[in-house]
Amino acid sequence: MPFKFRKRESVSRKAVLLVPLLSFAVSLLFGAIMLILSGADPVVTYLAMFGGAFGSTHGLSEVLVKSIPLILTGLSVAIAFRMRFWNIGAEGQLTMGAVAATGAALFWSQGWPSWTIMPLSIAAGCIAGGLWAGVPAILKATLNVDETLTTLMLNYVAVLYSEHLYYVTWRAPGRNSGTERIPQVAWLSRFLGRAHTGIFFGLALALVLWLIFRYTRWGFELKIIGSNATAARYMGINIARNIILTLLISGAISGLAGAVEVLGLTRSLQQGISVGYGYTAIIIAWMAQLDPLGVIFVAFLMAALLVGGDQIQMRMRLPASVGIVLQAMLLIPMLAGGLFRDYSLHWERPPKTDGVAGSMQADGMEAGGAED
Amino acid sequence: MTDGIRPLTVSAPVLRMRGITKRFPGVLANDRIDLDLYRGEVLALLGENGAGKSTLMNVLAGLYRPDAGTILLGETHVEIDSPRDAAELGIGMVHQNFMLVPTMTVAQNIVLGMPDLPIVPDLEEIHRQIEALSNRYGLLVDPQAYIWQLSVGEQQRVEILKLLYRGADILILDEPTAVLTPQEIEELGHVLAAVQAEGKSIIFITHKMGEVIAFSDRVCVLRQGRVVATKRTAETNPRELARLMVGREVLFQIEKAPADPGETLLVLRHVCADNDKGLPALRQLSLVVRRGEILGIAGVAGNGQRELAEVITGLRDIKTGEILINGRDRTSSSPLQMIESGVGHIPADRMGMGTVGNMAVADNLAMKSYRSPPLAEYGILRREKILRFARSLIEAFGISTPTPQTPVKFLSGGNIQKTILAREIDACASLLVAVYPSRGLDVGATEAVRRRLLEQRDAGRAVLLISEDLDELLTVADRIAVLYEGRVMGIVPTASADVETVGLLMSGSEAAELDGVTSAPSTVGAF
Ligand SMILES: Nc1ncnc2c1ncn2[C@@H]1O[C@H](COP(=O)(O)OP(=O)(O)O)[C@@H](O)[C@H]1O
Ligand SMILES: [Mg+2]
Repeated sequence: MPFKFRKRESVSRKAVLLVPLLSFAVSLLFGAIMLILSGADPVVTYLAMFGGAFGSTHGLSEVLVKSIPLILTGLSVAIAFRMRFWNIGAEGQLTMGAVAATGAALFWSQGWPSWTIMPLSIAAGCIAGGLWAGVPAILKATLNVDETLTTLMLNYVAVLYSEHLYYVTWRAPGRNSGTERIPQVAWLSRFLGRAHTGIFFGLALALVLWLIFRYTRWGFELKIIGSNATAARYMGINIARNIILTLLISGAISGLAGAVEVLGLTRSLQQGISVGYGYTAIIIAWMAQLDPLGVIFVAFLMAALLVGGDQIQMRMRLPASVGIVLQAMLLIPMLAGGLFRDYSLHWERPPKTDGVAGSMQADGMEAGGAED
Repeated sequence: MTDGIRPLTVSAPVLRMRGITKRFPGVLANDRIDLDLYRGEVLALLGENGAGKSTLMNVLAGLYRPDAGTILLGETHVEIDSPRDAAELGIGMVHQNFMLVPTMTVAQNIVLGMPDLPIVPDLEEIHRQIEALSNRYGLLVDPQAYIWQLSVGEQQRVEILKLLYRGADILILDEPTAVLTPQEIEELGHVLAAVQAEGKSIIFITHKMGEVIAFSDRVCVLRQGRVVATKRTAETNPRELARLMVGREVLFQIEKAPADPGETLLVLRHVCADNDKGLPALRQLSLVVRRGEILGIAGVAGNGQRELAEVITGLRDIKTGEILINGRDRTSSSPLQMIESGVGHIPADRMGMGTVGNMAVADNLAMKSYRSPPLAEYGILRREKILRFARSLIEAFGISTPTPQTPVKFLSGGNIQKTILAREIDACASLLVAVYPSRGLDVGATEAVRRRLLEQRDAGRAVLLISEDLDELLTVADRIAVLYEGRVMGIVPTASADVETVGLLMSGSEAAELDGVTSAPSTVGAF
């Protein structure tokens, strides 16, 4: 092989900046090839994507709408991943958050003063999400059960359970699916079209988490656990307790994402709650290098990519699948780009084996007696 | 130039390194190094930790690319860009940290990654070849055993076999003796002789003068990235080598005042515990350590030393027995409770347990005292106080680091150990458990570590020193308890101890048969 990777001996500052930019350029190139193959003009398509996301109040509002759950689930995943707990269950935690928030707003707050409904509903969402992540965390901390499996499986349980609720148990009379609308007092207010104040939860939480990671004793412990669990135990840190605590919070943040989707956007539990934000969140957390402020930025870009991709399906009359494939094509180089932060690529000259070296090798075969 | 000295056979060197320079952020690890290697010789590469020995050899083994300099094999210029290039040129290296896959067998590890391996290798044939090599060089190891079943010494043999199997003509061994018992070191000497007898050349990295004298034909001394001397071994002596290596005269002895033991601090009574595989590691072990004394623990590695340290520091549960610290029952305490009882711990595994490599030196120094004021208040870290705290420890313990914010993994072994030592001594109020504290350290750092332990003793703390180095125990400890198969075979006061008695106890002889030795249970009975 003429090319090969070599691990960088130290992180290069230049690479940290250049790699994402270059990855993005490569992404556009890959996408262009795919577009040309499907008979579309790449320049026009890209402009349409950009215009779709940022060219109108409607587009921008949709970008914000999608970035809200993406920021929250992105944070949720990032905090779990920081201690090497592979929580891939943000989707299920979000769904359970939406379920509980709806339940609280519609059924469980009967007889409470009306102003309490919104906080109750949000709290219910957080608790449900927290429990949904807490179970795998407890299994991991006490019995060392692999969390990737448990968190993933619980996604299916949550999504199917929510479907059962809005198709059967909680279905509003007269509707094919979906619950009643939640009372208006519980609604999060909207601005700029469908964007809603849920965004402030995301921004505030990102800031709080950033401060926690940087300045608190607990953030320090999480960093030690995530970097070297053996050392953490030796330093007297209770790993099991931290796993459970962190995952309760991680799950609660995803649950909050579900709650604000209901209170801000759908205002009832209905189809379209689980559309894969919890999985996209994994990509976001990773691209943001688990940094809470980075999550905001990446989630916003990802939302723009999703909205822009949807837009070109309509504007360019491309098949829906082209939009989805394009989104994936754009992501792959960006993710692969991370590799170049840690490794550098080199052109390899074949080592010279003539002269003395050649004869040494022959000697070696003889002496080793084992190369034949 | 360095080739003023030639071996007895007058011939051209098989390998010449010229002007090798390698810079890391903030460190010039290799500064215009010239090095020659002749056919059939053992060349010792001597230098303190951080002198640049591993870096230079990693350049030769294709792991690092030098910033400047050339390498000649015979008369040919070579570019070595990867370990595979090196292997093709007949150069192989056994690294300080072995690179074996624990879940695979010896044979699988040996052929793993060989370029022209058939898809379905003939394992029978490979086993036979490995056995043949084993016998030829005295590298005894079962090709079908799994790596995880092997002792460190055996794993090293596998690494050496791997090189020989691939036909290496230049073998580089990076501090091979750091992990070996005295007997295993002697065996390694025989292996080196057998390899050398076939005309292969060996570069032997070490910082121990004794090994240079015993094993090498020539010695090249590095200090701070530079070659300070190249000598024929027969024409030098340990004292001169130590001076060249450290850059000043070195005292081989340290002053030690007589111990003044105070009240009993640590008591273990009939402690039983299992090892990681669930087999008994400590069997009815009893011992006592008093304030103001250093109790040394001698024994061949794997006789329960690691488990003993872990039991005392709360890292391992005990099955039966009890542990008292300061008269309080500390049986089945958590690591945090042990830290809070004033137990400091210098673990054997510095990188795996003692430090968090990617975190700053300052953070690592704070890792035992970050919980309470002044380093943290109301759960908030006081960053500026942590920095001040770190600066004072760096100063007091002479830790050489570019900045307090440098990740600790970039420090040399000696400075990593000083970092741990500083943190543990600072946080330890009553008992310090030190496990192999000077293993792999150079003379200067070893001296510093031993002085610190004595200082702790003189300050009225109790010290439990677990060591494989009998000389260390005899110089530093006040009493020596010998561990054998998880039991204390006997306890000898250092003043009246001799190597022979301790050696006999180490091999499992009963204390009752030897003069001047207290058997352990009676010590506790008297308590
Ligand atoms: N990968 C690396 N990155 C940065 N600095 C390094 C790296 N490897 C070694 N160093 C530094 O280079 C110097 C020489 O280290 P090394 O060759 O490991 O010394 P030795 O093997 O003689 O103990 C030390 O100061 C060490 O901290
Ligand atoms: Mg080294």
